[in-house]
Amino acid sequence: MSAPQLDRRKIVAALLDRRGELLVVAGLGSAAWDCTAAGDHPLTFPLWGAMGSACMMGLGLALAQPGRRVLVVTGDGEMLMGLGSLATIGSHGPRNLAVVVLDNERYGETGMQKTHTAHGVDLAAVARACGFADARIVRSNSEIAPLRAAVHRGRGPLFYQVKVRPKTLPLVLPPRDGAYLKHRFREALLGKKAATD
Amino acid sequence: MSGKTSKAQSATVIDWPAAIHRALKLQRVRQVSYVPDAGHKRLIELCHADKDMAVVPLTTEEEGIGLAAGAWLGGERAALLMQSSGVGNCVNALTLASNCGFPLLIVVTMRGEWGEFNPWQIPMGQATADVLRLGGVRTLRLERAEDALATVTAAAKLAFDGYGAVAVLIGQRMIGTKSFEDKP
Repeated sequence: MSAPQLDRRKIVAALLDRRGELLVVAGLGSAAWDCTAAGDHPLTFPLWGAMGSACMMGLGLALAQPGRRVLVVTGDGEMLMGLGSLATIGSHGPRNLAVVVLDNERYGETGMQKTHTAHGVDLAAVARACGFADARIVRSNSEIAPLRAAVHRGRGPLFYQVKVRPKTLPLVLPPRDGAYLKHRFREALLGKKAATD
Repeated sequence: MSGKTSKAQSATVIDWPAAIHRALKLQRVRQVSYVPDAGHKRLIELCHADKDMAVVPLTTEEEGIGLAAGAWLGGERAALLMQSSGVGNCVNALTLASNCGFPLLIVVTMRGEWGEFNPWQIPMGQATADVLRLGGVRTLRLERAEDALATVTAAAKLAFDGYGAVAVLIGQRMIGTKSFEDKP
């Protein structure tokens, strides 16, 4: 298989441009920096830890907000740590949840060590076997527009493993204070009552 | 052994799983996730039968920590049911409660502390309360069936009104000691 060519920042920018009502959970590390590079937003919750939890946060959010679209953007290493959550999501079948894994086949924050996907582990096949409504690997720029359409409008649960270049990019960091991130998300979504509920 | 009330005992045995279910309802818990335990059998069934609850079986207990955080982001309250052996699986994810102040309500059925027949349950069972404390989780003990409603209600208030992680540890003595002689 040829080396991945897609640019992760362009992919995320395309997904989050004119994002409308989309609610976003970003997995720790590069995926969170990518989402921040596309524009820090109160309805994006970037994780700084709890590795492996991004998809499950997306599920809890999707169940609580069935009228909104929920997108989890994460990396291959983070996804591999929470692989069981694909079975949990697949068996529950939330129609408003999409997962996009930016797969550079590396642990980008710790020295670019290869992850299992560099050795052929097919996350999309796992998601498909777990019962996701659609799950596929994305390799070319021509697939980005359909990817965006699916994330914003497709019937979930959806899973896209986007093969991206393993390149170290400038850090674009979101706020680090978890309580602040939580409050601003809830206030933007639920209004002022979020502080007293 | 399940928490099921047998006909012969119904006059004296308190239906504590129903009391816990009632406490969760009264505290507006809308998402319940679990890794099953025999001690949680009846409560799990009650939650599945409840149309106002989204019930999410998990592959591992730490998934429930993320689920509860996502639920709270979306304006809902969640509870997580597990056996004491699952507590150790949760440790790193508990940073969501400590760093972000996500409310977290865990109901733990204890093993390895009272007449345990399986020695492999004992190390985690004996460490459960300390592991939770080190992870920033407050714990309440439930030792008597008649206290189930009050204890789970108190824990829920501590969690949701106090923006923190709280676990109710249900004593193995109260649940009943499992043995291979017990049929499911």
